[in-house]
Amino acid sequence: MLTDKDRIFTNLYGVHDWGLQGARARGDWDGTKEILARGRDAIVDEIKASGLRGRGGAGFPTGLKWSFMPKQSDGRPHYLVVNADESEPGTCKDRDILRNDPHKLVEGCLIASFAMGANAAYIYVRGEFYNEAQRLQAAIDQAYEAGLIGKNACGSGWDFDCYVHRGAGAYICGEETALIESLEGKKGMPRLKPPFPAASGLYGCPSTVNNVESIAVAPTIMRRGAAWFSALGRQGNTGTKLFCISGHVNKPCNVEEELGIPLRELIETYAGGVRGGWDNLLAVIPGGSSVPMIPKSICDDVLMDFDSLRAVRSGLGTAAVIVMDKSTDLIKAIARLAQFYKHESCGQCTPCREGTGWMMRVMNRMVEGRAELAEIDTLEQVTRQIEGHTICALGDAAAWPIQGLIRHFRPVIEERIAAYKAGKPMQMAAE
Amino acid sequence: MAKVTVDGIEVEVPNGSSVLQACEAAGIEIPRFCYHERLSVAGNCRMCMVEIEKAPPKPHASCAFPVNDGMVVHTDTPMVRAARRAAMEFLLINHPLDCPICDQGGECDLQDQAVAYGKDGSRYAENKRAVKDKNIGPLVQTVMTRCIHCTRCIRFITEVAGVPDLGATARGENMEVGTYVQKALGSELSGNLIDLCPVGALTSKPYAFTARPWELRKTDSVDVLDAVGCNIRVDTRGPEVLRILPRLNEDVNEEWLGDKSRFSIDGLKRRRVDTPWVKRDGTLQKATWPAAFAAIAAKLKGVAGARIGAIAGDLCDAESMLALKDLMASLGSQNLDCRQDGAKLDAARRDFYVFNSSIAGIEEADAILIVGSDPRHEAPVLNARIRKRFVAGNIPVGVIGPTGDLTYKTQHLGDTPSVLAALIAGSLPFAEVLKAAKKPMIILGQGALVGIDGAAVLAACWQLAATVGALSAEWHGFNVLHTAAARVGALDLGFLPGPGGKDLAGMLGGGVDVLWLLGADEFDTSKIGANTFVVYQGHHGDAGAARADVILPGAAYTEKNGTYVNTEGRVQRGQLAVYPPGEAREDWKILRAFSEVAGHPLPYDDLAALRARLEQVNPVFARVGFLPRFACTDQTAPVGNPTLASTTPFPLAVANYYKTDQISRASPTMTICTETYVTPKLAAAE
Amino acid sequence: MADNHITAEHGAAAVEPTSFEFDAQSNAAIERILKKFPAGKQASAVLPLLDLVQRQMKRQTGSAWVPRVAMDETARRLDMAPIRVYEVATFYLMFNTKPVGTYHLQVCTTTPCWLRGSDQVVKTCRDVTGIKGWGETSADGAFTITEVECLGACVNAPVLQVNDDFYEDMDADSTKALLEALKRGEPPPVGSMTGRQGSAPDGGPQTLTTLAPSTGD
Repeated sequence: MLTDKDRIFTNLYGVHDWGLQGARARGDWDGTKEILARGRDAIVDEIKASGLRGRGGAGFPTGLKWSFMPKQSDGRPHYLVVNADESEPGTCKDRDILRNDPHKLVEGCLIASFAMGANAAYIYVRGEFYNEAQRLQAAIDQAYEAGLIGKNACGSGWDFDCYVHRGAGAYICGEETALIESLEGKKGMPRLKPPFPAASGLYGCPSTVNNVESIAVAPTIMRRGAAWFSALGRQGNTGTKLFCISGHVNKPCNVEEELGIPLRELIETYAGGVRGGWDNLLAVIPGGSSVPMIPKSICDDVLMDFDSLRAVRSGLGTAAVIVMDKSTDLIKAIARLAQFYKHESCGQCTPCREGTGWMMRVMNRMVEGRAELAEIDTLEQVTRQIEGHTICALGDAAAWPIQGLIRHFRPVIEERIAAYKAGKPMQMAAE
Repeated sequence: MAKVTVDGIEVEVPNGSSVLQACEAAGIEIPRFCYHERLSVAGNCRMCMVEIEKAPPKPHASCAFPVNDGMVVHTDTPMVRAARRAAMEFLLINHPLDCPICDQGGECDLQDQAVAYGKDGSRYAENKRAVKDKNIGPLVQTVMTRCIHCTRCIRFITEVAGVPDLGATARGENMEVGTYVQKALGSELSGNLIDLCPVGALTSKPYAFTARPWELRKTDSVDVLDAVGCNIRVDTRGPEVLRILPRLNEDVNEEWLGDKSRFSIDGLKRRRVDTPWVKRDGTLQKATWPAAFAAIAAKLKGVAGARIGAIAGDLCDAESMLALKDLMASLGSQNLDCRQDGAKLDAARRDFYVFNSSIAGIEEADAILIVGSDPRHEAPVLNARIRKRFVAGNIPVGVIGPTGDLTYKTQHLGDTPSVLAALIAGSLPFAEVLKAAKKPMIILGQGALVGIDGAAVLAACWQLAATVGALSAEWHGFNVLHTAAARVGALDLGFLPGPGGKDLAGMLGGGVDVLWLLGADEFDTSKIGANTFVVYQGHHGDAGAARADVILPGAAYTEKNGTYVNTEGRVQRGQLAVYPPGEAREDWKILRAFSEVAGHPLPYDDLAALRARLEQVNPVFARVGFLPRFACTDQTAPVGNPTLASTTPFPLAVANYYKTDQISRASPTMTICTETYVTPKLAAAE
Repeated sequence: MADNHITAEHGAAAVEPTSFEFDAQSNAAIERILKKFPAGKQASAVLPLLDLVQRQMKRQTGSAWVPRVAMDETARRLDMAPIRVYEVATFYLMFNTKPVGTYHLQVCTTTPCWLRGSDQVVKTCRDVTGIKGWGETSADGAFTITEVECLGACVNAPVLQVNDDFYEDMDADSTKALLEALKRGEPPPVGSMTGRQGSAPDGGPQTLTTLAPSTGD
C-alpha cells in the first residue's frame, strides 16, 4: 500500500491551494533549473530508468518515446503536445490534475519540452473541461509571471511557451494524430502512420504527444529519482498511478496507488467496497471502456497493472475501474458503450464507420433479446473484422468491450434471446 | 531503389514508393477504392490490405505503407482475403443494392470487386442508411446513399481542381459528402468527379439513364473544343455520340478533361447542317451536292484569283485546311487566313507560335508569367497542370491582364501591355523573380495578341523571355497558349495570306468576290461585303451559314478522321466515331470533289495520299503523338516592335468558357451551364 | 436508441441570421488566440473562433449556437475555404448548428453514468422541462436537452453539464432542485450536489490526510 509520502498528486482532491504558492509548498517548481541543467539526455535517461509507461492507455514507455525525437533540429521546430482530451468512459483523473495540481503539468511540460528540444507545448484540453482549462490557463499565467516559463524559463536559458488549446467535443481527438489534426484546425481524423509524430507531427514538425499524467509525474521523478519511482509497483509496471473507481461501489473516487495493487484491495480499501459486498460483484471493466470486462472470478485476485491485466485478456488502459454489481444488465452496459463508439467514430475508414453502427444495432436488439442465437457469432466475427483493420485504435476499442461480453457472459445473451423467443412465439413461427 | 518481394516476385521500386506501387510493379493487382495515383493518399477504404513480413501481424493498407529494402509482401493469404472480404462486407451493408437502376452499373469498381470479395448474401439485418441527394450543379448527378466515403471527389476538387467546394460534414456513420450549403460546383473540371467516383454516387447528369457501357462502341480520338488537344474516348451507340471520356495521356491531359469538352456532345445533334443549301431568289434552299457545286463553280467562273479568299475556322482538321489551301492555290488565290480573332501571330518560326515548354514541362518551371490569358477558362486542363506545379513547389506566378481566381496564388502585375516594358527594364520586382528562376515560363494568351499592338506584345514577350534567360539550349520558356484547336495546324500549313494576299480584314468589306468559309464562324460575318459570294462549309448552322450563299455540309470532329496540332505543336489524330449526318461528308472529301467540278482536281484520292501531302508541306505532320522537347537555338525575335506595346488593357480571350464554338453554342447542356455559372457572375458584375 | 448527432443537413434556415460580425470582445480574444500559433498556421484557431462565435451569440441572442454566416466569417478571418469550416463545425459536437435554450442541459448517459442512475436524471429533466426528444428546446426557450457521451467526471456520476458547468453526483431530487433553481435564474454552485470534495470518496479523503496543509490558503 502506498503511503502519502510516496504520492505524487498531493492535491488530488483540491483540498489545498491549486496556485503557484500552494504548488511550491507541495514541492513543485523546486530546483527545476537544476533539473534542466542536467541536460536533455540525462532527463530522458532518468525517465527511461524510472520505467514510466504512458498513462494515457497504451502504456508505451515514456522515456523511449521522448528519445524518438531528433537530437538535432533540422530547422523545423519541435513540439510537445499534451493530451488532455480525457474522454475515455470511466476516466476522470486528468481533470483532477488540471484543476487541482496544474503546476505539476506545467512544470512537466517545461522539463519534457526541454528534453525533446521543444520550445513550445500545446495542451489540448477537451472542450467540456471549460473550467479546468481556465484553471490551467491561470496556472500558466502564474508561471509566466514568475519567470518559470517563457523566455529563459526558470533561468535555465531555455525559452519555453506553453499554450492551452480547447477541443470541442470529439473523443477521437484523444488519438494522438487526430489530436494533432484537430490542433491544426481540421476534423479530428487520425492520420496514417508512418510517418509517426516524432518524424512529422504538428505542422509537419517533430512532435511528441503525451498524456497529462505522464507529463505531470515527470518533475517528481526527476526530483526523487528513477530509483524511487521504479521501486514502486512491479517489474515492468513501475510507479504510482491514478485510479478512477466508478460504478457500483459504495464510494466512487479517484486515488493514487501503486501499480500492481490487487483490484479487490483497490476497490475495498478506497471505494468503500462493491455495493452489497464483494460477492455481489458481477464484472469489472478495469481500464476504461475500451478494455474487455473481466468477471468476478478474475477480479478476485487480478493485479492492477499493464501486464497482469493483459494476461487475463483485458488491459490497464487508463486505470479507470468501472464496477458492475449483480443488478447490472451487462448487455445494456455494453450496448451503451457500443453506442458511444458509434457516436465517436470519426467516419474516416470503412470498418469503423460501418462496423460501429452495425455492432450498436445488433447490441441494442440483444438487449431486448430480439436476435437469433447465431447472431452472437456473427457479432463476434464483426468485432474481429474491425479489430486490427482500422487506421487508429478506435476500431479495436469498439470491438473489445463486445468481445469481453461474449467471452465471459455468452450464456446471459443466449438466455435473453431464448426468453424473448419464449415470450413471442408468433415471431418464432414467422421466422 | 528498394528491393521488394511480392508473392515471390522480386521488384525494384524507388524509395518512398508505397507497397501498393510495388505490387503493381510486380504485376499484381490490388483492389482499391480510395487510392488514386493522382490524389493524396487517404488510406480509408481498407480494401488494399496486404500482409507484410516482419511488420505487426495484421493486414496493412498497402496504399499507405512505404516500402523498405528487403520487404516481403503477400497479397493472397487467408489473412489478406479475410481483410478484403471484411472491408467489402462493411462497404456493402449500407450500400443500396440498386445496381439495376444505377448508371454506374457495368463499370462500377464496387460491383467488380464484389465479384471477387463479396458474399452471396448479407449478414446485415438492420435498416440501411439513406442519405439525401445533393444538387451540385447541372453536370454531376448525386445519389448520395451510394457513397462509400472514399473522399476521392473531395481530394480531386481540392487538390487538382483547386476549387474546394466539397467536403465531408458531420462524422461517423452520419458523415456526408457534399457542399453543406447548396451550390453548383465551381470547377470547370467537375466532370472528372464522375470518372473518379468508384461507385454510382456521382454520375453524369446529362447522360443519366442513357446507356449501359457494354452497349457502347468506343473510339479513341482527340478533343477540339480548346487547343490543349485532350485525348478522349468517344462512346457511341449506332449513329449517336453518347458520351465523351478522357483518355490517359501523361504528356497532355493526364486523365482529366474539361467540362465543355465532355458535356458539349448534345450540341453535335443540334443545329446541324445535314444537306447542301443554295441561295435562290434571296433565300437558302435545300439542294443536291451537284447543284451546290455547280452554283459555286458558276460563280467562280471569270473571277480572278485575287478576288477569291478562304478563312479556316477554329475546329478544322489539318487535312481539310490543306485541301482548301491547295484548292485556293489552283484557283490562283493567295487570300488565306486562319486568325479569325485577328491575333497577330508570327508564323515565321514555329517557336514563335507554339507552347514551347510543353504541357508536361510546366512541372519543371520555377516561375511563371501569364500575359493576357485566363488559362482556367481558355484551357482548364492545362491550368490544372500549372496548379499542380504550384502545389508541388509554391512557385511564383505573375499575371498581366484581367484574370479571376486561377485556382492558385498569383501576383497581379497590371492589366496593360506596358507592364511588359517595365519587366524588361527590370523596374518591377517580378522581373527579378523571373531572372532568378532556372526555368521561367512566359505564357502568352490570345487576349494579348488580338489588339492593334499584338505584334509588339508578341515581340516584347520574346524580348522579356530572352532578358530573363528563358531562351536557352536547355529550356524554351516562351509559350503561346492558343484557344483554337485548328490554329497551330493552320499556321504549320501556312494558312495565311500568301505574297500580296489579303488577311481576314482585307477579305471583308468586299475585299473579295468569293469567300470560302471552312467552319469559320468566330468573326463578325456582318462585315463581309454585301456582294461577296459566301460558301460556307461546315457542320453547324451558325453565323457563317447564316450569311452563306451556298452551304456545304461538313463533318464534326467526331465524324471524321482528322489531324490536329495542339498548342504545344503536338500532332494528334482524331478518329471517325460516327458517320456525318444526312448528306454531310468528311470535309477534305468535299473539297476534293469540288476541285474536280472546278476543273482543278486535287492530287490526292485518299486519306493516305493527303497525309503524305501534309508531311510534304510540313514535316512536323509526320511526327504523330510524339513531341520532342524544344530548345531555343535562335534568339532572333519576332518582327514586332516591342516598344509599341500600348496602355490599353488586355481583353479576355474567352468571355464564356461554356460557349466558345459552334458545337458548345448548340449544346443545351452548355446553355444550362452558362445560366448557372456565367449569367449570375455577369449580373453581379453589373 | 436516440441518435442525437447533428446531421450535415443545414436545416435552420428560418432562424439563420443574414450576417455575422465578431464584436469588440471577440476581436480582442481573436487577437490573443492567433498569437498562440506560428505564422501561416492560423487555421489552428478554428475551434477557438467557433467557440467565440457561440459565446458571442449567447451574449447577443441568449442562445449559444453557430450560424452558417458565422462559419463563413470564421473562414474569412482564418483564410480557410468555407467548406473546411463547415466540416469542423459539424464534426465537433459542442458546436450547435441550431439555436439552443438559455440552459443547455447536457446529460451524460454513457455507461459509468448510466450505472449510477443517469436514466433518472434524464427522466427528471424531461418531466421538469416538458421536453420529449433529444436536441429539443422547451417552449419557453429556457432549456435544451442533449444526450452527451462521457464527460470525464465518472467517479462523480451521474453528471449533468449545464452550459459550461458540471453538476455531479446527481439524482432525481437534486436534478429537480437544480432545474428549479435555473428557472429562477439562480444557478447553484457547480460541482457535486452531495457536497463531496472533488473526486474524493464520500465522507472525505482517505488518502493525502497525513500531509501538512498548504501554506497557500
